[in-house]
Amino acid sequence: MLERPSPAVAANRFGLGARPGELAQIGSQPRDWLRAQLAGAPPLVADSELRSSAETLARALDARRELRAAKRAAAAERTSQSSDTADAPNQANALAALTKVGQIYRPVYIAEASARFRQAASTDRPFVERLTYFWTNHFAVSIDKNIVLGLAGSLEREAIRPNVLGRFSDMLLAVERHPAMLLYLDNHMSVGPHSKAARLLGRRQSGRRVGINENLARETLELHTLGVHGGYTQADVTTFAEVITGWSIGGDVGRFPRGEPGEFLFRPELHEPGAKVVLGKRYADTGYDQGVAVLRDLAANTATAHFIATKLARHFIADDPPARAVERIANAFLSSDGHLPTVYRALIETPESWTQPLSKYKTPNDYIVSTFRGLELPVDAGRSPLAPFEVMGQRTYSPGSPAGWPDRGADWDGASALIKRIEWADAVGQRVGSRRDAVALAPQLLGDSLTPATRTAIARAASTSQAVTLLLSSPEFMRR
Amino acid sequence: MRTLKRREFLHAGALALGGTFLTSRLAFASTGNTKSRLVFIVMRGALDGLAAAPPYGDSDYAGLRRELALKAPGSPGGVLPLNGFFGLHPSLTFLHDSYTARELVVFHAIASPYRERSHFDGQDVLENGSSQAHAVQTGWLNRALASLQSGQGQSKELGVALGQNIPLVMRGPASVTSWSPSKLAALDDDTLERITDLYAGDPLLAARLGDALAADAIADSAASPMQAAAAIGDALPNQSLPQRGRPMRYTELVRAAAGFLRRDDGPQVAVFDTTGWDTHANEGNAEGQLAGRLVALDAGLRTLKEELGPAWADTAVVLATEFGRTAATNGTRGTDHGTATAAFLLGGAVQGGRVLADWPGLSAHSLYQGRDLKPTTDLRSVLKGVLSEHLLVSSSALETSVFPNSADARPIKDLLRG
Repeated sequence: MLERPSPAVAANRFGLGARPGELAQIGSQPRDWLRAQLAGAPPLVADSELRSSAETLARALDARRELRAAKRAAAAERTSQSSDTADAPNQANALAALTKVGQIYRPVYIAEASARFRQAASTDRPFVERLTYFWTNHFAVSIDKNIVLGLAGSLEREAIRPNVLGRFSDMLLAVERHPAMLLYLDNHMSVGPHSKAARLLGRRQSGRRVGINENLARETLELHTLGVHGGYTQADVTTFAEVITGWSIGGDVGRFPRGEPGEFLFRPELHEPGAKVVLGKRYADTGYDQGVAVLRDLAANTATAHFIATKLARHFIADDPPARAVERIANAFLSSDGHLPTVYRALIETPESWTQPLSKYKTPNDYIVSTFRGLELPVDAGRSPLAPFEVMGQRTYSPGSPAGWPDRGADWDGASALIKRIEWADAVGQRVGSRRDAVALAPQLLGDSLTPATRTAIARAASTSQAVTLLLSSPEFMRR
Repeated sequence: MRTLKRREFLHAGALALGGTFLTSRLAFASTGNTKSRLVFIVMRGALDGLAAAPPYGDSDYAGLRRELALKAPGSPGGVLPLNGFFGLHPSLTFLHDSYTARELVVFHAIASPYRERSHFDGQDVLENGSSQAHAVQTGWLNRALASLQSGQGQSKELGVALGQNIPLVMRGPASVTSWSPSKLAALDDDTLERITDLYAGDPLLAARLGDALAADAIADSAASPMQAAAAIGDALPNQSLPQRGRPMRYTELVRAAAGFLRRDDGPQVAVFDTTGWDTHANEGNAEGQLAGRLVALDAGLRTLKEELGPAWADTAVVLATEFGRTAATNGTRGTDHGTATAAFLLGGAVQGGRVLADWPGLSAHSLYQGRDLKPTTDLRSVLKGVLSEHLLVSSSALETSVFPNSADARPIKDLLRG
């Protein structure tokens, strides 16, 4: 057990890995170094290439409209002409329009993911960056749903970052109304069964059932607030889904085109009318505000505080987090009304945060970022810096499910995952080893967690590049 | 220095490592029935069993499913008939061929013991083999392998997870490994030796490195060589970002699995994940989102059979998901989280051509909680039957360590050819 908080623990466990000189800068008061990062406005990502979610969505909606028009024209062409119409102009247009939709999201994603990486590699507030990652993963969307490719980065920039040093309830609201979340969990087209829209569509007798989609409501309860054992029922899921019917997006995304394209839009005609009971409490029908009221109550629920405290403690302290630390963090959450800096301060003040160094196995993201920081590698423009994330199995914004990336060592320490890490470390060593002194770097990056065995192995390496490979492959660099 | 390929390193270099390298890991161990091969495919996201194996003969089916309903056999886009009541989704042509060849059993109205509707707890129960999420941190398949290993008194890898990491179902006391293709250059033997030494004091990393090298030794000779490329600036392949409508590619996974399984000295059990089954909106019917996923899965299974060659005759493949989806279509032309679903047992070793279902019906009063297909068969009954007849896992191990407190889920007999 450590006598006093270690700078290496501060930089590696709560940060993104030390840069050369960072441990000295942290000095003898690691908690102060972390607390200072919580002061002031949260750092935003400044990059002239980045666009708002509304702009990206509006462009995509335009392209989709063109595609539909082109398809109609091409279909008309096919029926009106004979079979030899391979070079018919409208069919060529349809193809061009289709390509255009596909081309909108990809450069947006690449710009977002590399701006995020650049920020992580260079920030001097790495604790805030780690907290941002934590919340992005808590409110996970995944790019394996195509539209999220264009919106995941903006969700983080528009809903997470501005609130990471604010209140949980504000972040929750910002996330649930963000187009990325509404589209990822299908709420934009969820229709109240007794709404105006349902009556209208019913009269048209299209044969289609209109009604709710409970996806966002369920995941909000299960993953974003109360947790799966937070005491809600299937009826709560269904009713909450009715409460948030109408939470949608402007433009031609639903059955009734209107509103600012790509912006959040409450569509009253989709909203299920009437008062509703969620978790035993009655909410009058105030339209959009009905959903806001439920979310505010969910944010203040004791179950939410414990769920979030457990996740924070698991993420930062240990796979099986110490109960006392969880309790302390949950109490801070409840007593501060979800004021996040207060919650984070409880996390860094609890002694358990400092007594079990290296108890967490780094995720591939942690591993790559800490390598770039430790070796001061530049994050180049374009998509090439994103390759190692994919190679090591953690492509940015692709957790694959709304539960986010898993957060235990057993989820990441597979044999094949380890060998890829080492192979990549070796490639890094061969690339930059001749210009780095691993013998001098090792204590600067690992501080008091550097073991004699690793120090000796690096010192005896056959080449400077092999020395870098050994530093990056060492057990203490694999963990935090 | 001469750079050996990793496999050569393993054979030539083991002695040079002065005994620090675990030579015993170089061979995979065998189960009680050394020829049997088992593949477990986890379908993450809750497969719509009423779409994959539609009960088109049920008079309530079409009304509940509305625009998602599949047409009767014979009509365009109609289901592929099985027994006059159940069919297969029209995308599942290989599975249908397998049924005709008596190599497929379809189970229906089946579920794990989990009765809530969280994907993540549902998958935990599916994999941990208990009736509670997070009750244990190991998987039933690993514990089954452990019961076989303890009888042999050796610790070698019986199983391989295709992927970088090991899913819960394969985690536990038995030694297993994971493998996925690498685009990175292999390490030279000197660096590898030094890293092995560096891990001497770290049991976890030492074991993982040993497992990885053992798996690579097999894969190097089985799979096609991957292109080596420098890493930091390695360009993303054009196809690597997801594109709408592009079916998932199982080919590489399945080839790798077959490469391991068809060897006499390879692992006998392989697991891998499939995803994309969470069809809340625009699920489609004979065509569409789910159909695209099923086409890719079906093609992957066909490739698995082809790649296994003669070993297919000794193979059983189990496909299972965490739970099913609502019986009725929801408001967004999809289905929400439900309860019972379908599962599949496939392979040359399977006594197939059967649908096994205690069908509860789809009428309003027979639905579970008024919305889901009611579970009438416990998935563990299937898994127990397969483990006991195929891998010869003892019934005492099945009842105690593999599926604790599962006495009510009696093993289904005669799933495998005798």
